Amino acid sequence: MTATGKYLRIAVGVVVIAALIIVPMNFNRYGLFILSQWAVMTIAAMGLNLTLGYAGQVSLAQGAFVGIGAYAAAIMTTQGMPLIAALGVAIILCFAIGWILGYPALRVQHHYLAFVTLAFSTLAFLVFRNEDWLTKGIYGISNIPRPNVLGFATNRPLPFYYFCLGSLALVSLAMWWLIRSPWGRAFVALRENPVRALSLGIDTRRYTLMAFAIGSALGGVAGTLYAPLTQYIDPVPFNLSLSLDLLMMVIVGGSGFFFGPFLGAMIAVLLPEWLRFTQGYYLMLYAVAVMLLLIYSPTGILGILDRYLAERRTKAASALRAVAKSKLEAAS
Amino acid sequence: MSNLLDLLVAGLATGAIYALVAVGFTLLWQTSQTINFAQGEFVMLPAFLMLAVMHAGAPFWLAIILGILLSLLLLGLGFKLLLVDPMLRHGVLPLAIATMALAIGMKEAVKQFFSAEASPFPSIVPAGDVSILGRVVSLQSLGVLALAIAVVVGLTALLNRTSIGHQMQATAQNPTVARIIGVPVERMILLTFLINAFLVALASLLITPIYLAKFSSGEVLGQAAFIAAIVGGFNQVRGAIAGGLLIGVVDNLSAAYVSTQYRAAVPLILLIVIILFRPQGLLGRPEERTV
Repeated sequence: MTATGKYLRIAVGVVVIAALIIVPMNFNRYGLFILSQWAVMTIAAMGLNLTLGYAGQVSLAQGAFVGIGAYAAAIMTTQGMPLIAALGVAIILCFAIGWILGYPALRVQHHYLAFVTLAFSTLAFLVFRNEDWLTKGIYGISNIPRPNVLGFATNRPLPFYYFCLGSLALVSLAMWWLIRSPWGRAFVALRENPVRALSLGIDTRRYTLMAFAIGSALGGVAGTLYAPLTQYIDPVPFNLSLSLDLLMMVIVGGSGFFFGPFLGAMIAVLLPEWLRFTQGYYLMLYAVAVMLLLIYSPTGILGILDRYLAERRTKAASALRAVAKSKLEAAS
Repeated sequence: MSNLLDLLVAGLATGAIYALVAVGFTLLWQTSQTINFAQGEFVMLPAFLMLAVMHAGAPFWLAIILGILLSLLLLGLGFKLLLVDPMLRHGVLPLAIATMALAIGMKEAVKQFFSAEASPFPSIVPAGDVSILGRVVSLQSLGVLALAIAVVVGLTALLNRTSIGHQMQATAQNPTVARIIGVPVERMILLTFLINAFLVALASLLITPIYLAKFSSGEVLGQAAFIAAIVGGFNQVRGAIAGGLLIGVVDNLSAAYVSTQYRAAVPLILLIVIILFRPQGLLGRPEERTV
């Protein structure tokens, strides 16, 4: 990468972050709610991107983990416990369940894991709906308090949006570090060629489970933010379609790309809102847009960018070669 | 005991419909590695096509014929040419995601252009009861069961007894070799898509009188057929049939004997147990590892 390319990237990053902080300041309540939802869904999709994009395991249970996190937060904070405690419980719970759920992945081929996680997703929904003593069933849990962060109350929409954005930033930094650590490289090795990874001395069993468990735990993190965001939860948002939506976000954004989940969540959360002026047609248009995008670029939005950059690099390289060749010819 | 018989007959009837849908599902997987997440919506749509034809004033029999023809055109040919063909070479996952989007699109289209309410749908089997061995059994259950069995037997005969069926099996097992020995592989794949469209249209015709025509009715059905296909064996037509019947019966029995709240959980637990201990399904053959 050239130096100017690097500076360009940093500049774009700074502009985007500044825009995310400044632009929503005069948004109304609903706009802030949608943006906060985008941040929360991005965290969940990042977890799934680690499982799917980096480690190559298809999971249809990410929505269930968001649900587990949301219920942990709702139950604990309405009992007066702080959100940070709920976050700890959600992470440990989702990590442990993800670890156990990952075991079938060791035994069978990849699409069977999708089926096991699909079954788990529906089972979790049934538990949310039927275990009234814990989850209040179909009536849901209301009056979920919003936390005080470092002494600031986040009851109003704007502070809570900054709280979600800050959490997203922290998770992003952790993820950035993780995929550049030896673990991240092991995950990619697992996706590209499990047999070769094994022969290089990577404990594929442990890393498969690890990728799955960490991804699930991030689902839990998203859930603990989701509950105070909506301040009311019932089982319906955590059914199978949330898991499918999250999977769609990862693929549409570009699975295996760091920024894929950001874009995918943007498409899934914001595009339907932008299409609302078409009234009843907006979800239909959204579905058609997703299909057309996938037909045009099965590797998602960032896949298009990647192809374009690769083309430009080859062109630049061949131009350099041509120059070098003509110089050589001139010298001889 | 008498109650058990009723439950079994009703379970087999719904199971037979699940089997039709599950068979189509496995056929698509076998010949073109398509995991169709919109399969449930594929069952939902033909009923609405038939309703639309009837609203235009056509009699029921004409609506059935036109409905089946339209689904062959849209869900068979259209689905293959517009979505599967451009995406197939990019692997299983993007196509599976695209079918999820298709499912959303179909649901929304029906909701927008027909109605969000459930509409009644005429039954092709007359209502009423018959008594068999002193037991009263609903004629509708029996009729559904008989029709579904006839179709399944017909399909199995087509696959196992005719030259076209053998060519389709060859395409499913090894397209390269099939092409070498002169099987028109492309035409066979198209044929499986048309068969799938026919099966879902038929399932739609049979199940809609029981559960009413509603834009969201495909969700439950699609999942049931999906589970049936995996439990029976993802790569075997007879596995899908057995799985469908099994899931139908298990579903009905668990509603009566386990709890209505957790009836949906029993087939899922069955699914997890099967995947852990017999991942190829009850009647399936093990898939060779790709690595």
